[in-house]
Amino acid sequence: MQWETVIGLEVHVQLATHSKIFSGASTAFGAEPNSQACAVDLGLPGVLPVLNEQAVAMAVQFGLAVHADIAEVSVFDRKNYFYPDLPKGYQTSQMYHPIVGPGEVEITLDDDTTHRIRIHHAHLEEDAGKSLHEDFHGMTGIDLNRAGTPLLEIVSEPDMRSAKEAAAYLKAIHSIVTYLGISDGNMAEGSMRCDVNVSVRPKGQEAFGTRAEIKNVNSFRFVERAIAFEVERQIELIEDGGKVVQETRLFDPERDETRSMRTKEEANDYRYFPCPDLLPVVLDQAYLDHLRSQLPELPAEKRERFQQALGLSAYDASVLSASRDMAEYFEEVHRVCGDAKQAANWVQGELSGALNRENLSIANSPVTAGQLGELVQRVLDDTINGKAAKEVFQGLWHGEGTSADAIIEAKGLKQVTDTGAIEAMIDQVIADSPAQVAQYCDAEPEKRGKMIGYFVGQVMKASRGTANPQQVNGLLKEKLDALL
Amino acid sequence: MHDKTLTQIANALGSGELSSRELTEHYLQRIQQSGAILNSFISVTADQALEQADAADQARAKGTAGLLTGMPLALKDIFCTQGIKTSCGSRMLDNFNAPYDATVVEKLKTAGTVTLGKTNMDEFAMGSSNESSYYGPVKNPWDLTAVPGGSSGGSAAAVAAGLTPAALGTDTGGSIRQPAAFCGITGLKPTYGRVSRYGIIAYASSLDQAGPMARSAEDCAHLLNAMAGHDGRDSTSVARGVPDYTETLNSPLSGLKIGLPKEYFGEGLDPEVEKAVREAVSVFESLGATVRDVSLPHTHYAIPAYYVIAPAEASSNLSRFDGVRFGHRCDNPSDLIDLYKRSRAEGFGDEVQRRILIGTHTLSEGFFDAYYTKAQKVRRLIRQDFLDAFEDVDVLMGPASPTPAFDLGAKKDPVSMYLQDIYTIAVNLAGIPGISVPAGFVDRRPVGLQILGTHFAEAQLLNVAHQFQQTTDWHLQRPDFAEESA
Repeated sequence: MQWETVIGLEVHVQLATHSKIFSGASTAFGAEPNSQACAVDLGLPGVLPVLNEQAVAMAVQFGLAVHADIAEVSVFDRKNYFYPDLPKGYQTSQMYHPIVGPGEVEITLDDDTTHRIRIHHAHLEEDAGKSLHEDFHGMTGIDLNRAGTPLLEIVSEPDMRSAKEAAAYLKAIHSIVTYLGISDGNMAEGSMRCDVNVSVRPKGQEAFGTRAEIKNVNSFRFVERAIAFEVERQIELIEDGGKVVQETRLFDPERDETRSMRTKEEANDYRYFPCPDLLPVVLDQAYLDHLRSQLPELPAEKRERFQQALGLSAYDASVLSASRDMAEYFEEVHRVCGDAKQAANWVQGELSGALNRENLSIANSPVTAGQLGELVQRVLDDTINGKAAKEVFQGLWHGEGTSADAIIEAKGLKQVTDTGAIEAMIDQVIADSPAQVAQYCDAEPEKRGKMIGYFVGQVMKASRGTANPQQVNGLLKEKLDALL
Repeated sequence: MHDKTLTQIANALGSGELSSRELTEHYLQRIQQSGAILNSFISVTADQALEQADAADQARAKGTAGLLTGMPLALKDIFCTQGIKTSCGSRMLDNFNAPYDATVVEKLKTAGTVTLGKTNMDEFAMGSSNESSYYGPVKNPWDLTAVPGGSSGGSAAAVAAGLTPAALGTDTGGSIRQPAAFCGITGLKPTYGRVSRYGIIAYASSLDQAGPMARSAEDCAHLLNAMAGHDGRDSTSVARGVPDYTETLNSPLSGLKIGLPKEYFGEGLDPEVEKAVREAVSVFESLGATVRDVSLPHTHYAIPAYYVIAPAEASSNLSRFDGVRFGHRCDNPSDLIDLYKRSRAEGFGDEVQRRILIGTHTLSEGFFDAYYTKAQKVRRLIRQDFLDAFEDVDVLMGPASPTPAFDLGAKKDPVSMYLQDIYTIAVNLAGIPGISVPAGFVDRRPVGLQILGTHFAEAQLLNVAHQFQQTTDWHLQRPDFAEESA
């Protein structure tokens, strides 16, 4: 039987506010346990929450970026359950009236196809603390630094049909929130994590199959792997005559599998009700207009512009607009060198390769966009050839000079285009290589083209790479053919 | 000197006739003498009180004193006080020293008041008789076999017995007004949002409100001046200017339109109480007010709605008492669930557990709409009843409680206890202010007249109550207990 996969994602994005969603305590990552938890975060008797306006603004910005309806009135609810790292015994969230209503995100896959993924809603909530099970001799330690950190939970419709689409959607969300600057998007530190709802159904069937929810998947790769495993598990189960049960599962990246955490019967009754300590959030048009006017150019718009105005391929445009840092870097290289295609090649080629090798993000690149732009410019104006350019790039990477020109100067990499000088070097190479010249002359005419490579190499070597390779090639051919 | 009202004491402090230290020592001594009999205090903070008194006397000598500088006060043990036990009348918090002051406590400290101690109360403010306290019942100074009312029973008894010039209480369904009525003092529940709730241990967040309990309306006006105002730490506190509540105390009442809700004079009302209340109303007529009957048609839904909304909020508010970070923790828990279950079973008394169960049930999946959603609709109707009534009249008057103080141990059935609050509870659901003033006696047990106004009409209520107290002397009567132990 042909099966179809149906996927919906709940993405939790940690908002980059300075302080917590309901208290003045700092949200900085990595502090000493419990050093960033004030009376409100500790849930001491008598304390009350006060909503952080910055968190509201960030949620609205996200909503505007995904063309969503922004709720004129949204309400915080209490989600009641007991857990040691949940200090109040309830999480303040938005169940019935979320701040961001239906919207949509466009994703582009490797094969250049685009899909629209609908967003059901996005709501604000507070994070819980962390339970630490190691180092406490059979007891559990509680760190409440994270308690009260603002989260935006973005809930998609079940619109994805493959693990690739799910990963692309997650990347699109990542790119939107980092473009907006409302999250650092750091998945390793938990700034973005997601719950994946997966079900399968026979192709052509309209009704959804029973879904399993995979909790807390925290990388793009894990999302794909968790879905791949889960889809296979469900199909096998059904084909063996079994039934998928609605349950919460956990992805174990070590074993590359998902495991059951709890079934629907064991699920909590969270007893949601409106939080009486917080007023409804009422937003007026002027506030929304103000935030709209502050929105930066978003990934989809950039991608479009890179294709239309700069003539880049869909693939290049998509890669270069994927993150705000990448896009801004590329745009600066382009501004300095003036050639979009070359700028794109260098950013995606030499630069990305070097960054990947050293596991650096583009924001931490040792070569600035301005430096790279100037380097590309020197290739374009024939000051250096491609080979020398790579050497200049390495020089910039290792801090051997502050600009491409300085390195070209210091290393003497300026391209030799003086015909007389090149001819002199060619004559010398021909004189020094009688055996190869004889071979060349004896060869079938159609094989000579390949054999000329040896002479080009020798001349380039003699010029220490500075000779213009096209010129060398032409002149060599003339001179060798004259010997026939 | 314990016979004086707060206003008289303030004058004596101001003129130098009395020092705060003399005054504080006097009240501390009275608390010591009668404390065991009345059981109105959970903690007495003598050392701190004397320090505060000395600081107040110095401030007065320097000329930086305000009206309340050096004034001794007692705080219901629901207000968080830095470094001092804040038990909320519960075993759960018997070991809890708050690391901060409630906003109201902070404001009163800034005004220079002296804290004598923390008063007894029904556990987590759940009760109408002060019998649910972990620290034992409080006795009514007018009759030691009677309850003082609740939940602010300790505050009411302490003021009535002359153990403090005034005290703070909180009122979620009548917890200031009913004990004020039972103990023959004046107690004001302000409009919801008028006084910050920050640092007041929450019972039902959408209903809780702190207010003054004292000998007279004028005393309450002075205290409210210091307590009221917007607080950036409480989102539900209202950003609205605070008038000087003493300025309008003497406005004449001629032309005042009084409404008597017929639902407040129906079945269940003790005829003697009704008689006292109607006599009080006639005093206002003699002051130039007009009286008419009005109707609050949804009154009989108030208790059911309250007992859905308040326990629902309480069940959630009290979840933080889980034995993990503060408060009571059971010995040797075998695992996490055991820790939760036993800590809470041991830490909470019966009435608190009952309300947590009710609230947990009404919020459960499948019951939420039938209970909580419906109760919220009823709440809106009740509020509308009041708003409609205030289209026609300026204030509403009626009894604060259907009977005078009942005997200790008399109400064994929780529902009969809940019905005690029939005249006070709707006021909290509507968020409007109300005041109870002494208006007579039935068998030497005080009767309270309740006066209600529209949102933020505190100045008017205090004015109306003050004018009554200029004409009558019910509020100046003292129980024998206060005289004997003097």
